[in-house]
Amino acid sequence: MDRRSFLKTTAATATLAAVGLPVAAADPIKIGFIYVGPVGDMGWSYQHDVARREMETALGGKVVTSFIENVPEGPDAERALTQLALEGNQLIFATSFGFMDATVNVAAKFPNVKFEHATGYKRAENLATYDARFYEGRAVQGTIAGRMTKTNKIGYIGSFPIPEVIQGINAAYIHAKKVNPDVEIKVVWAYSWFDPAKEADAAAALIAEGCDFILQHTDSTAPQAKAQEAGTVFTFGQASDMEAFKPSPRISSTIDNWAPYYIKRAQALVDGNWKSEGTWGGIGTGMVGIGEITSAVPAEVKAEAEALIAKISDGSYHPFTGPLKKQDGSDWLAEGKTPEDAELAGLNFFVEGISAEMPK
Amino acid sequence: MIGGIDIVTLIAALMAASTPVLLAATGELVAEKAGVLNLGVEGMMIVGAVAGFAMAVTTGSPVLGFAGGALAGALLACLFALLTQVFLSNQTATGLALTLFGLGLSALVGKGFEGVRPPPTGKMPFGPLADLPVIGPILFGHDWMVYVSLALVAGVWAFLKYARLGLILRAVGENHDAAHALGYRVIALRCAALAFGGALAGLGGAYLSLVRVPQWTEGMTAGAGWIALAIVVFASWRAERVLIGAYMFGGITALQLQLQAAGYAIPVHFLTMAPYVITVLVLVILSATHRHGAPAAPAALGRSFHASS
Repeated sequence: MDRRSFLKTTAATATLAAVGLPVAAADPIKIGFIYVGPVGDMGWSYQHDVARREMETALGGKVVTSFIENVPEGPDAERALTQLALEGNQLIFATSFGFMDATVNVAAKFPNVKFEHATGYKRAENLATYDARFYEGRAVQGTIAGRMTKTNKIGYIGSFPIPEVIQGINAAYIHAKKVNPDVEIKVVWAYSWFDPAKEADAAAALIAEGCDFILQHTDSTAPQAKAQEAGTVFTFGQASDMEAFKPSPRISSTIDNWAPYYIKRAQALVDGNWKSEGTWGGIGTGMVGIGEITSAVPAEVKAEAEALIAKISDGSYHPFTGPLKKQDGSDWLAEGKTPEDAELAGLNFFVEGISAEMPK
Repeated sequence: MIGGIDIVTLIAALMAASTPVLLAATGELVAEKAGVLNLGVEGMMIVGAVAGFAMAVTTGSPVLGFAGGALAGALLACLFALLTQVFLSNQTATGLALTLFGLGLSALVGKGFEGVRPPPTGKMPFGPLADLPVIGPILFGHDWMVYVSLALVAGVWAFLKYARLGLILRAVGENHDAAHALGYRVIALRCAALAFGGALAGLGGAYLSLVRVPQWTEGMTAGAGWIALAIVVFASWRAERVLIGAYMFGGITALQLQLQAAGYAIPVHFLTMAPYVITVLVLVILSATHRHGAPAAPAALGRSFHASS
């Protein structure tokens, strides 16, 4: 707790120092962020922080930002959000699913402050939500993994069994299965967004089970490091490009590109026309980027992946296109049908063929 | 293979996964045997993790990295020793402060080392022995730090049991006034025990950042230091039981992940709780069986010593 406020103060001071003395004209608008991990996780929180800095640069002296990192999901988040609101931030970004209820509560207490919650679904007059269609990137990863796997086993490190993660597991499996009928997916839940030692152990357990692809929905690069050690295992960068692990084990990545959205929202605030709305961007809008597919991927697989990216990008293909059945064998989507966004946002089951059980 | 779990892989994995807490717990055992309760294990571990990582990356040598991690842990322990042994500050509060200090300091120092890869720590060259079925991967397939950690446990066990200095150390931990009256240097011994404990905690941290993960990320110990403290209690202050405790704690972590990877729908939270439940049970059993004899904890544990009192 002490450390967090210390870091926060440091960050605020550093930001002030970077901006120099405030321009005498109009006072810049204050914008705050809370992150679930450290900005140095090189994944999720890092990527939000990159976007925060880009936003500050893009808006010149019109906004000044600060952040609190390592905010635990739960009641503590409420304290951190309240602190930011009391410090005069007019727009506050809460950047993890688990901040949802805390953000709703604090938004109700500060009706004049605008809030934005990432990956959630609860909105209010002064609370907008934004999310990226990470599952589009997972479809690409599934295609590459399905084509390249030699053991026909794909490992998946999940954080928590929430819709965002379940979408990813389903999308990866559907597309791996499409190109490789023998493929199976093994899921390990870490029950944490950020715990390098546990993520490394989870990767090691999956590798020991014979998986030669590790997909991760956790925030650190530990699984990448573990895969590299194993030598014959491939991975994908998660949230950030994780380019340190190119060209192998990291053979591509899903990059969360929040900057255009942050810039747009901050600009709207400056212009006085900020509205509460739900945004769900994908490859098409640029919110989801696919990092370089490296030379470790055979040319024809790369071409296939790129064709898929193009089809998703122009909207001619939806990664969840029927016929699809639920894990229990019941029907989900009929031939050619795609799910409504609202249904997808609440996805809580695996598709047929995944043997892992959904934790209760 | 039992129920889809490869036992050999499990044991090999748990040995590597347990080494950081094994080292830290062994160090803490020595400090507590001397009568000092240092709750700053987590802080010393994480400082060891970042210092070891920085050293290994800068010099390109994992050996120097581990040395640096041990040194950093020992230095932090010396700070604790100065505060609690010389200035007689409260050990519990100082230990907690040490943890918070270590977490902050490591985050600050580590800023430049995020996303960097450390030099690999080599496996012990056992040659054909490593290819033996079953015992090969379990006994001969590890990096050399695993063997160092086992040697340290054996060394500490022998030291406490057979060495004259070990006996004096235990005497200091049981009754510092009596030890002082006999002419033993209580403060000096306790400082040495603390420094040793800090060095081992630092070594454990360095193992985490150089081998187990391997990379530096802020807050990467994620509570391992507290587990080490629990293991010392679980082990009822005996070196050989520290080994069992550490491997059990590490084993359950490895097991729950492997069970999931093998496709079992297991109640993860129950398994994660299990070692702590067992620790509580051990404490209850200990206090019940020792009702008429000597308690398992060193009698002077956590009490400050001053020659005048």
